[in-house]
Amino acid sequence: MKRYSALALLKAGLTGQRGWDRAWRDPEPKKSYDVIIIGGGGHGLSTAYYLAKVHGIRNIAVLEKGWIGGGNTGRNTTIVRSNYRQKPLHDLFDFALNLWEGMSDELNYNVMFSPRGALFLGHSDSDMTMLAQRGDALRCDGIDAELLSRDQVQKLIPLLDMSASARFPIHGGMTQRRGGTARHDAVAWGYARAADALGVDVIQKCEVTGFTMDGGRVTGVETNRGSIGAGRVGICVAGNSGPVAAMAGLKLPIEAQTLQAFVTEPIKPMIDTVIMSQSLHCYISQSDKGGIVLGGDPDQFPSYAQRGLPARIEKAAAEAIALVPALSRLRMVRCWSGTTDMSFDGSPIISGLPVDNLYLNGGWCYGGFKATPASGWCYAHLLATGASHALAAPFAFDRFARGATIDEAGVGFMPQLR
Amino acid sequence: MSGPSRIPGGAESTLRFRFDGVEYRARPGDTLAAALLANGVGRVARSFKYHRPRGVMAAGVEEPNALVTVGVGGRTEPNTRATDLYVYDGLVAVSQNRWPSLAFDLGAINGIAAPFLAAGFYYKTFFGPASRWMLYEKFIRRAAGMGKAPTAPDPDAYEHRAAFCDVLVVGGGAAGIAAARKAVAAGERVILVEQQRALSGSIEGVRMLTRTTASGLWDHGFATLAERLVEPGQTPTPGQPAQRLWHVRATRIVLATGAIERPLTFAGNDRPGVMLSQAVRSYIARFDVLPGERVVIATNNDDAYATADAIAAAGGEVVAILDSRASGPATHFPVFTDAVPLSTSGQTHHLASVKARVGAGTRRFDADLLAVSGGFTPVVHLHSQAGGKLDWREDLQAFVPGASPQAVSSVGAAAGEVPAIAATVAVLPDPKHSFIDFQNDVTASDLDLAWAEGYRSVEHLKRYTTLGMATDQGKTSNMAALAHLASVAGVTIPQAGLTTFRPPFTPLTLGALAGADGGGHAAPARRIALYDRHQRLNPLWQPLGLWHRPRAYPIGDETLHAAALREARAVRTTAGIVDVSTLAKFAVTGPDAAAFLEIVCATGVAKLAVGRGRYTFMLREDGMVMDDGTVWRIAETRYLLTSSTGGADRMEAHLSYAHHVLAPQLKVSVVAQQEHFAGIALAGPLSREILAALTGTEMPAHMGVAQAAIAGVPVLILAASYSGERAFEIYAEGHLAGPVWDALEVATRAAGGYPYGLEALEFLRIEKGHIVIGAEGDGRTTPHDLSLEKMLRKAGGFIGASGLTRPALAAADRAQLVGLTSDTPIPEGAMLIAHDGAPVEGHVTSAAGRVIGTGAVALGLLGGGRARLGDVLLASSPTRGQSARVTVTAPVFYDVEGTRYRE
Amino acid sequence: MMQIDCPYCGPRAQVEFAYERTLDSIVTLDMPAEEAVSRLYARANPRGLDDELWRHSFGCRQWLVLRRHRVSHAIVSITEYAP
Repeated sequence: MKRYSALALLKAGLTGQRGWDRAWRDPEPKKSYDVIIIGGGGHGLSTAYYLAKVHGIRNIAVLEKGWIGGGNTGRNTTIVRSNYRQKPLHDLFDFALNLWEGMSDELNYNVMFSPRGALFLGHSDSDMTMLAQRGDALRCDGIDAELLSRDQVQKLIPLLDMSASARFPIHGGMTQRRGGTARHDAVAWGYARAADALGVDVIQKCEVTGFTMDGGRVTGVETNRGSIGAGRVGICVAGNSGPVAAMAGLKLPIEAQTLQAFVTEPIKPMIDTVIMSQSLHCYISQSDKGGIVLGGDPDQFPSYAQRGLPARIEKAAAEAIALVPALSRLRMVRCWSGTTDMSFDGSPIISGLPVDNLYLNGGWCYGGFKATPASGWCYAHLLATGASHALAAPFAFDRFARGATIDEAGVGFMPQLR
Repeated sequence: MSGPSRIPGGAESTLRFRFDGVEYRARPGDTLAAALLANGVGRVARSFKYHRPRGVMAAGVEEPNALVTVGVGGRTEPNTRATDLYVYDGLVAVSQNRWPSLAFDLGAINGIAAPFLAAGFYYKTFFGPASRWMLYEKFIRRAAGMGKAPTAPDPDAYEHRAAFCDVLVVGGGAAGIAAARKAVAAGERVILVEQQRALSGSIEGVRMLTRTTASGLWDHGFATLAERLVEPGQTPTPGQPAQRLWHVRATRIVLATGAIERPLTFAGNDRPGVMLSQAVRSYIARFDVLPGERVVIATNNDDAYATADAIAAAGGEVVAILDSRASGPATHFPVFTDAVPLSTSGQTHHLASVKARVGAGTRRFDADLLAVSGGFTPVVHLHSQAGGKLDWREDLQAFVPGASPQAVSSVGAAAGEVPAIAATVAVLPDPKHSFIDFQNDVTASDLDLAWAEGYRSVEHLKRYTTLGMATDQGKTSNMAALAHLASVAGVTIPQAGLTTFRPPFTPLTLGALAGADGGGHAAPARRIALYDRHQRLNPLWQPLGLWHRPRAYPIGDETLHAAALREARAVRTTAGIVDVSTLAKFAVTGPDAAAFLEIVCATGVAKLAVGRGRYTFMLREDGMVMDDGTVWRIAETRYLLTSSTGGADRMEAHLSYAHHVLAPQLKVSVVAQQEHFAGIALAGPLSREILAALTGTEMPAHMGVAQAAIAGVPVLILAASYSGERAFEIYAEGHLAGPVWDALEVATRAAGGYPYGLEALEFLRIEKGHIVIGAEGDGRTTPHDLSLEKMLRKAGGFIGASGLTRPALAAADRAQLVGLTSDTPIPEGAMLIAHDGAPVEGHVTSAAGRVIGTGAVALGLLGGGRARLGDVLLASSPTRGQSARVTVTAPVFYDVEGTRYRE
Repeated sequence: MMQIDCPYCGPRAQVEFAYERTLDSIVTLDMPAEEAVSRLYARANPRGLDDELWRHSFGCRQWLVLRRHRVSHAIVSITEYAP
């Protein structure tokens, strides 16, 4: 792997950008692998990378039915933060945040992680108390959180509607300064390139069509490019976990739902941090290219269509304008949809399954991108050792039957209420 | 004189507009692009990355280059296509992405650095800590972006409107009009949509929406249409919106969306003076503008020959037609076959000459306009959005609409009725300056680099190079990119793949998306029946979901806390009244009403006597406490169920599910009455006397029911206490409740009491140890966690009984409800820890000072809390710099025996 | 946005309706606890047809069964819910 650096770039510039290697190979599938990971999104690729890097396993394949990073990795709003209220969640996501901070160097690929702060706005005293509670939970666990006064919020985002008569008046906020955004595609590409350099086979256009089983034990996968044997098989296809698990005869506490996002035409810098709200389901950030990236409510019914309800986008736009009136004249240039893997407590599953040698990483709901490095790290640990990493232990598949759910929103088992 | 100009004669230029501070004149009907060309302004913009000077390339919405910022103040709209903006008197436009000026732009240095700024260069450098990247990023962000967003609020209104039709025809060209006429003749209701101001023909009997863009096609014939009532930046007619978003449900949809002409790829193909062939014709025919005097035409099809005729007729000179094919149609213009442009040159960014390959040799032609035609791409966006398949047409080198899962059909150019072209693979001697995506400055060499580095899926190529991701969403660049990709990959274009077409077809303002919901109307505000009564007392209002409720009624300059304390003390010593109208209320009636209630309530209901009520709670199916309230047996087969304000809508659905899905055999009716009845609670030691005097009847004992009248208004009185004092909830029909409030207020004040708000209500209920859904009942707690398990009905049979049997819910270390006391204020929401740095064991759910006396009390959820009475912990709030030493107690701090409300 | 042909009200926009759950995840009150929990938390979640319980929440408030395709959003049938 030819290393990337400013100097290498300069040299390449003098020679017409010739001489760059392929970022990853295009290998034919082998007969068998020690570990097969189904799904070439950020989570699957980071799993492969850490399996190779941390656990020294090199005979690994990542099987991707389309092109890597083409699912939710390339469809999210790129927000990275760890400020969840529930301890198992903020422990996992903060482990991720620590990995985000060194990811570009680790992978020798600039993923543009930009800790420009993740701000939640509070619109009432009770909002502020809820934010303080969350912040206190984080701070007591050693994770950064800072309450901001109304004036501090105004200074941070001068374009907010700070009037007392606003429909959602702003009382203050809570920010996580280490949070921010990253370049989503680059995460998939960076992990793919680094994993490839360690010998991992990243195989695109390879769709898993079934599992080969021997006495209730998974021994490999059937694909559109033939059968491939495997010591262990890890499902890592959030958005599509149900249909893949169904091939092994499993039903999951997961339902697919559409979540939309949209982006405006690029404009010069106007919003310098990630804006979210304690009371509204609207989140706003500005990309390096200048587009304002917005998201809102999920569609709240099961779907794989990757085509959403226009009403959701319209509501998100209305809420965004309520917060930042100057957004009204900007134009949406593109909207898109992802299929979210809505688990029945809102938390992910990183776990073994009732079928031997088969593992699941999924159920990320609408929050998976920010977990990418920790998800891969913990899943690699599970696939390498057969035992859960301590951070992932609470996210076991059997927690629903046991009653040990991790319900950040406190709304129970119905994904459409989340 | 060279360059674009107005053809002499014709209408007078009566409109005044300014571009970059210079005043010009335009004719009515001119687009800004036409007016600028008519005034000889050929250079109007700078490109995104290399800040290359750009002119007008197209005449329609596909324009990638000529973007301007139009309007002033809160009406400023950046990135507006000059080709899709009709000039109005007083229009103000400025060029973008340049500093200090369009002519001299320091950002153009990026063009010099271009060899180092190839596709994806930023992925390969700027390493080091995140803080270092952010430093680079600051400059990258400043350089990126196009126009500047307005900072002032938008003064204009927007709206949504719904419509239904049998046929929605998109596109008012010849094909669209023909389709609409046919539908009208067949007696169908037709809506016809056209982006321009006028149709190309006339038609009657249809609903016509001009200046309207079909923005998106969704499921089941649902379309969103964006109508512009005024041009960007223009002041609307008073009382009228600036834009309107239509939601149209159509039985079938006809797409007459036309085709977009493709540019050709060669070095310097982005220079001002290079224009699409049909755009040249449009400017001549529609606007009397001749975009150039000496014109070279480069084409791979017959259509561009018509452009030569138009130029000659308008007085221009056709220097040469370069046809990439071996032969073209007969013409009297000089034609060079097997000829393609190689590069352009010019001074001060204007085109001066075109170098071309002609056969085996090269030739140079002097020209101030190069009209190009690389073929035609049917506009299949909407067809594709609606889930339609695309078929490849080799003769057109284009995708055309295939089968659609919806009743969507395409006609005319959109269906592939466009001139055939020669499929030629261009050999590009200078790929670095051969632009594919003009707005984002993606060149052929960028695509080659991406390919070489393995970004080979069309989606990777797009994302790595940013191809097709500009404001034009690749309308002019997609096919050129696919052709290039296919030739590099050695595959056919259909094999190379295609990126997804996503809404909107053209960029759509967030204002139009939001409609009337923008700004102050982003959510409805629910107003309680007694709003006016409260407003007279000038309370502090508190939002609660969509409701607002009085939080306290300060007298004079009283603080919130002082007012609430005064109000709460009145309740403890004399009396107070509080508005409880927002509580959810359900009338449950019928012979099986009790059986039904025993399904949704986890507590016993069946044994409740007529005229009596009791506390109850409901579980979700997973066993967690969902809500709580009271249930009253008003008559033999008539019950009233109350539950929390915040859970009212959810409870309504839950009850309906329980009835219609789980127990449809039960003879019961459930009616939600939340807004039907206003509710006022009268609490305090004097409440019984006050109410007896007002009603002239004896009040019932605790948890008893009475019917009476106050101020002549019939009321239902429930003897329930939330504060811990003797108390009554008084319900009257919402529209009649004003006098009831007045009477109660007068009597309460006369007894030395006050109206009280939510803040005092909190003080009182916390001291009494009553839980609240949303604080203690946080959706993660079981009845056992909240010390409610003794009330669970032993026989089971209620919703949630199964979920409760799960083993982990019996774990001893679960978070359990406790009381907390302290000498100092306890921060609400604080974490419970043994000492600083120790692990979190729980948190403070609600906190208040004692109403009478000193010290603070709180409720909390603490791991294994029920076994920890007497433990001393720290309630720590690092985010607020507050903490309090607290002692764990039972969760009740006032009248533990419960004698006061029974007296 | 789908159009749902309510058997009581006629064709109406999807925004009037609320999805509840799949038909096979209805937990009846007489079900053994273990079966109840497993029904609650196990979904086939197919990329294809499923039978779903919906409610015309902002309409007649009746409960409906939609047999619906989760990729194309085609509604194969709509019936009144009957246990």
